[in-house]
This record gives sequence, structure tokens and C-alpha cells, in this order.
Amino acid sequence: MDVNYIRSMFPALSRKVYGKDLVYFDNAATSQRVQSVIDEWNRISAESNANIHRAVHRLADEATQAYEQARDAVRGFLNAGSREEIVFTSGTTAAINLVAFSYGEAFVSEGDEVIVTEAEHHSNIVPWQLMCRRKGAVLKVLPVDDNGCLETDKLDDLISPRTKIMAVTHISNVLGIVNPVRDIVRKCHEKGVPVLVDGAQGAVHCKVDVQDLDCDFYVFSGHKLYAATGTGVLYGKKRWLDAMPPYMGGGEMVGTVTFAETTFAPLPMKFEAGTQNFASAATLKQAIKFINLLNDNKLEEYYNGIRDYLLDTLTSDSRIRLYGVPCGTNEEKIPLFSFSVDGVHHEDLALILDKMGIAVRSGQMCAEPLMDRFGVTGMLRVSVAPYNTMEEAEYFVKCLNKAIEMLS
Amino acid sequence: MSLQEAENAIIEEFSMYEEWLDKYEYLIELGKSLKDYPESEKTDDKLIKGCQSRVWLSHKVEDGIIRFNADSDAIITKGIISLLIGLYSGRTAQEILSSDFSVVEKIGLKENLSPTRANGLVSMIGRIRDIAKCNL
Ligand SMILES: Cc1ncc(COP(=O)(O)O)c(C=O)c1O
Repeated sequence: MDVNYIRSMFPALSRKVYGKDLVYFDNAATSQRVQSVIDEWNRISAESNANIHRAVHRLADEATQAYEQARDAVRGFLNAGSREEIVFTSGTTAAINLVAFSYGEAFVSEGDEVIVTEAEHHSNIVPWQLMCRRKGAVLKVLPVDDNGCLETDKLDDLISPRTKIMAVTHISNVLGIVNPVRDIVRKCHEKGVPVLVDGAQGAVHCKVDVQDLDCDFYVFSGHKLYAATGTGVLYGKKRWLDAMPPYMGGGEMVGTVTFAETTFAPLPMKFEAGTQNFASAATLKQAIKFINLLNDNKLEEYYNGIRDYLLDTLTSDSRIRLYGVPCGTNEEKIPLFSFSVDGVHHEDLALILDKMGIAVRSGQMCAEPLMDRFGVTGMLRVSVAPYNTMEEAEYFVKCLNKAIEMLS
Repeated sequence: MSLQEAENAIIEEFSMYEEWLDKYEYLIELGKSLKDYPESEKTDDKLIKGCQSRVWLSHKVEDGIIRFNADSDAIITKGIISLLIGLYSGRTAQEILSSDFSVVEKIGLKENLSPTRANGLVSMIGRIRDIAKCNL
């Protein structure tokens, strides 16, 4: 199996834009959808569309099974201890908001502290800010160094007896460096602080084992992982999820309801109020199947070759400033490169590359504090997926040079 | 040249370029030709929201004639605002408001910008119209 075979599984990759072959390098924002995911969504919509968990009829049973099988697949994907620990959400953002709210309600009070890092996506900052404001708690920030690596040696000083939780990204969507989350979890746990890991990028690029990481919460989005959009996962250790109050109230998350008193359904349904996005959630199973196929077929060497080529090219060009440069042998860089070009605006570059058929991201990338840290108004980002080719990377470099020449 | 003539001239000019890259090249040159916007005029009240890039638009009125000046940190955006200034600067408020600004659609500018950038374009036109309205 080679990259062309992988490509053939993604219908979007064969389309053209402005008469040119599409080069899709905005995978960190959302990945393209694999055919089996599209088929599964269509199949459920066409054949097994019924509200899950409620009715006894055949269609409801099929839809419920597809949904619950996806939960089992996710459990296996993360190596979670039990399926009760897998809560479906609409995405990473929704999962973080859920934890920030429900954990905050149960465990955070005035004067307590929450730690995030300077490299976080807005989705892993703002929910904590909201919670801090509600509870009168204080948000503290672990900085990154000039290379974009977390200054984890400062963590010990940052943690205090008032620290109630730490939220850290597995891989920043700007810097593309795998953070030492295992060490962070260990350090936090030594002081009794639970850790939420934002796996929006991590789940795509790393083999995640939540029991080995020992993190308390791990969250990710389906749409970055070849599945349908509007899907996401919250993994939480059972003891935390049990101790947290529900986030939303509604149908199917209850035990018994009277006007005097309501009891709640057991996990994970306690956190899945209302009709779920079942047709989309079910596609996670197909997406995970696809990832397992990738892992079994040793395409890493080719993929890493593209990463090394882009890393070499971008770091050796004096006009280009790359953010997120692996500084030691310990740091692993994923094929995600955010950079700026001297005297050239990121938006201009993105516009011209677009007309050459290349989709890249430009702007603040939902990480304004990180933009401020590096003193820029925005960056250009290329992010590569296993269905991208070396030829595409070479074409990108050629086009980037041409765009820079046009704009200088 | 009347405003309508000027708009038609731009539409014709743009139609000569088949490739979008060439149109961008043209906008980049237009952007580079826009000069001498004073740093002191880069204030928040002159900043136009709705773009990834920043655009500042200032104006002066003399004998009923409105003169615009602008700058942007991105060159293609600067080219677009330069194009708009080329059309609408040095005209009366009435002239400006007589235009339906369909020129940006006719040259394909709007549909070829991403929605975020098209918003920026709409904001730029909105600002020009607002300034004209205030000077009727
Ligand atoms: C690191 C990181 N965290 C959080 C998010 C938010 O994900 P979503 O918009 O799918 O909720 C993203 C995606 O943009 C991300 O890359």
C-alpha cells in the first residue's frame, strides 16, 4: 500500500481548484474525509435513521448500535479502561467547556488556581477563563521558550496548594512540537493536581494511551481525524466523571425525573443530554479503522521524509522565520509548520498560494497569546497529512518561492 | 473622466488578465504605488475591521471634494484599497453615492476572495460610503 492508494480513499483530493490540482495543506484545521466515513454517514442516514437509546424498534436499535460501537472503537483507540469513560461531544471545544464547567462546579472555589500554557488554542484558554471568572479563581500560565518548547522546569514553581487543575495541549496547532505531557502529568500528580490534555492535534499524530499517560482528561475532535464534523470525544477518569455534576440537563441523561428531584443516568449518558449527533459520531469507528490501517502499513518513513524535507527547507531559508523548532533530540516535530516571511504579509502569501491550488492557513490560528509571544499579527501554516505526497511538498516550496518573489 | 467611465475602464483593464495570478500581480503593483500614508494617521478610528490584514483609511474634504488616503500591512489588500481610492477619491459625496459599487463584482474581486476577505472588502466600501454620507 502506498500514498496513492491512500489518496484514492479520499474523494476530495482528486478535485481541482482554479483548474489546478488541489494541494490540501490545511489538515490541522480539518482533515479531508475518508470514503468509508462518508459511506457510513450516508448509510445511517439512508437506512438506520432513528433516535438512539429510546425506542425499541429495529431502526432505533441499528442506530444505537452504530453509535455505541463507535464508543467501543474510541475506547480501544485511546486504550481507556472502560467505555463509561468515553463521552461523545460535538468537538474538542465542547469537551473542554464541559470539563471546565462541571469540574469547576465540583472542585473550584474562590482563590483557587488553574494552570494553562502559553501555547494553547483559544478553546483551551477561554473556557478556563470563564470558569475562573465564575468561581473567583486565578488563571496562571506556563510559558514557552523562543523555540516554542514549553518551559516545563517552571512548572514546579507555578503549582501551588491552591492549584486545582492544569490544562495543556498535547501538540500545539501552531508549533507542532509534541509536548512532554507524560512528564507534566507526573509532576502535577505528585502535587495532587489533575491534568486535562487537549488532544485535538495529538490524537491525529501520536499513538495515545490514556492509561500510560495517566492524564485525567483527554479530548479531541473527529473532524481533524478523517471523521465527520460535529463529533468529539471526552475521555475522563471514571472517578472524576462520577464526581462531576452534569453539564447540560435534558433527555436521556436522567434516571428518574420528578419536579421535586431528578437523578442522573450513569456514565457516560449523564454527560450526553439531548439527541446526539449519532450519524456523525458513528463515523468515528470508520475513521479509527482507517488510522489502524495506516499504522499497520508503515507509511511513516515516507511521511517523515516529507516532514524532514519541509523542516530543512524552511529552516535553511534566511527570509523565513519558523516557529516551533525542535531544540533537542527529545522533541518530536510533526509535519506542521507555522512561519513568517520577512517583509511579507501572511495573508498575501496565502492568497497567492490559493490561486496556485494550495490550501494553507494564515492568521492568528486561534492562538492570539502565542502570536503576541512571538510579536507577530499572524503566521502562515502548512500542515501535512498521510495522504499528502512529496511532489506536493516540492510544488509548495516552488510556489512559496514564487509568491515571495512576487510580493517582495 | 466620470466615475462611471472610470469604473468601466477598470473593468476593462481587469478583463485583459485571464489568470488570477496576473490580476494579483496588477493589484500588487497598485498596492506598491500607494505611498506616503503618515504613521500618525494609523489610529483606531481609521482602522477598518473585517480583514486578516489591517487597513487604515483617512480622508480630507476641500470644496466639496473628498480625497482619500489609505494604507495596509498586506500588499494585496493595499492594492484593493488603492483601486477603490483611484475610483472614488477626488469626487463629490453625491458622485460617490451614485455608484452601486458593482465594479468589485464585475471584476470578479468579490467572488475570488475568501469570505473573510470579502468581508474586509465590504467593510472598505462601507467606510467609503459612510464618509460620503457624512459629507453630503
Ligand atoms: C490544539 C487545538 N485545540 C482545540 C481546537 C478546537 O477544536 P474544535 O474547533 O474542533 O472544537 C483545535 C482546532 O482548531 C486545536 O488545534
